[in-house]
Amino acid sequence: MTDIPSKMSARGVSVFYGDKQAVKDVSIDIDMDKVTAFIGPSGCGKSTFLRTLNRMNDTIASARVTGDIMLDGENIYSSAMDVVQLRARVGMVFQKPNPFPKSIFENVAYGPRIHGLAASKSELEAIVERSLKRAGLWEEVKDRLQDSGTALSGGQQQRLCIARAIAVDPEVILMDEPASALDPIATAKIEELIHELRGRYAIAIVTHNMQQAARVSQRTAFFHLGTLVEYGETDQIFTTPREERTKDYITGRYG
Amino acid sequence: MGTGQEHTVKAFDADIKQLRALISQMGGLAEQAIHDAMKALQRGDTALAEEVRKKDKAIDAIEAEVEKLVVRVIALRAPMADDLREVIAALKIAAVVERIGDYAKNVAKRVPLIHTAGEERIEALSLLPAMARMASDMVHDVLDAFASRDAAVAAEICARDTALDDFYDSIFRTLVTFMVENPRTVSQVAHLLFVAKNIERIGDHATNVAEMVYFAATGRYLADEAATA
Repeated sequence: MTDIPSKMSARGVSVFYGDKQAVKDVSIDIDMDKVTAFIGPSGCGKSTFLRTLNRMNDTIASARVTGDIMLDGENIYSSAMDVVQLRARVGMVFQKPNPFPKSIFENVAYGPRIHGLAASKSELEAIVERSLKRAGLWEEVKDRLQDSGTALSGGQQQRLCIARAIAVDPEVILMDEPASALDPIATAKIEELIHELRGRYAIAIVTHNMQQAARVSQRTAFFHLGTLVEYGETDQIFTTPREERTKDYITGRYG
Repeated sequence: MGTGQEHTVKAFDADIKQLRALISQMGGLAEQAIHDAMKALQRGDTALAEEVRKKDKAIDAIEAEVEKLVVRVIALRAPMADDLREVIAALKIAAVVERIGDYAKNVAKRVPLIHTAGEERIEALSLLPAMARMASDMVHDVLDAFASRDAAVAAEICARDTALDDFYDSIFRTLVTFMVENPRTVSQVAHLLFVAKNIERIGDHATNVAEMVYFAATGRYLADEAATA
């Protein structure tokens, strides 16, 4: 859509769980300065597709991915790709906040430490502080960094998980329903955070909440029965969808 | 457009249906107002003219009801895509139909001023009802098009406005000629000029509604379509 090459490009991607095809021939670009929302009814393949973008599906024995997914022009499914490195570059935030049962500090410091991103203790502290600030959590936790991450509220835990993802300096952040387990205020904070993170990272978000997709994204992809039905500018998708199936879904007429 | 398929939340369909019913009811009252105002004008029936003026309040009341319903639907249902366009169009159409009602009321107001004692027969008077029928047909058809989300009919109504404008020009010339030839009737005929202008404006408003209907149905602007055609 632009002259600048996309951060990630999927071409003809299909995903099979055993004999069952969950994603059918999906091609899509994810750009640096855009938030891309994946919407669609349950079982449409949107989460499965999202998980192909950092090879999360590798952990499922029966899952098989075909097609090409490029990150900065490099095929992430090639044998030369280091999966651990890939997941540092393409971070993920899940539906339920899943902090490690460790301190707030350790939750954020863990990634940079194992990836050797900090040469000294003070450098590590700086990364933790910067990450918590970017995740909008610093002011709330700066005086209790040694408290357990699991002692935080749900919304704070989710922002902690985002801080943890940010700490390893990723290029892409994938979010799988990051706010669906949160109350409206915590949800609004996450949405505001997504807004602030845009530009620094390429962001793809799966959401069941269409209003949320409309609020946080610049591009929206509608999935149905494993296929990508329509992909376009978010305001176009929500005001004048081209496909009848998209329209039926977003207006609440879906079968 | 429109799959005609129902929303999963049935109450949403009920709201949309109610909105369409209100618009159609409002349109019916406006049409009736035009019709009665012209009848009063032709017959010099000041009682009927007075009735038209009184009934205008009913149109205003429905407009307020549409506004409340639209705000409620947006707040509670968060309509999207064609639903959102329809709800917004309904709000704007209600305002326009209210204006159409005002024009009919204005025609009715002039009836006692045109039919003063010892009047002469003004020949252009016989042309005005035909022009008014043309305008009220536009109002009728455009609201039908709204109810059925029919973009083709909406586009066709826009085209009709040109004929109505031509009609106005010809009545204008006739009335001016009549004034020149019958100077004693100038004040009455001046009122008739306003009547003709009011009808012409009703046509313009119906055209505006047609453009809104077109947008609600297709998501595209008729003017843009015409430019690229």
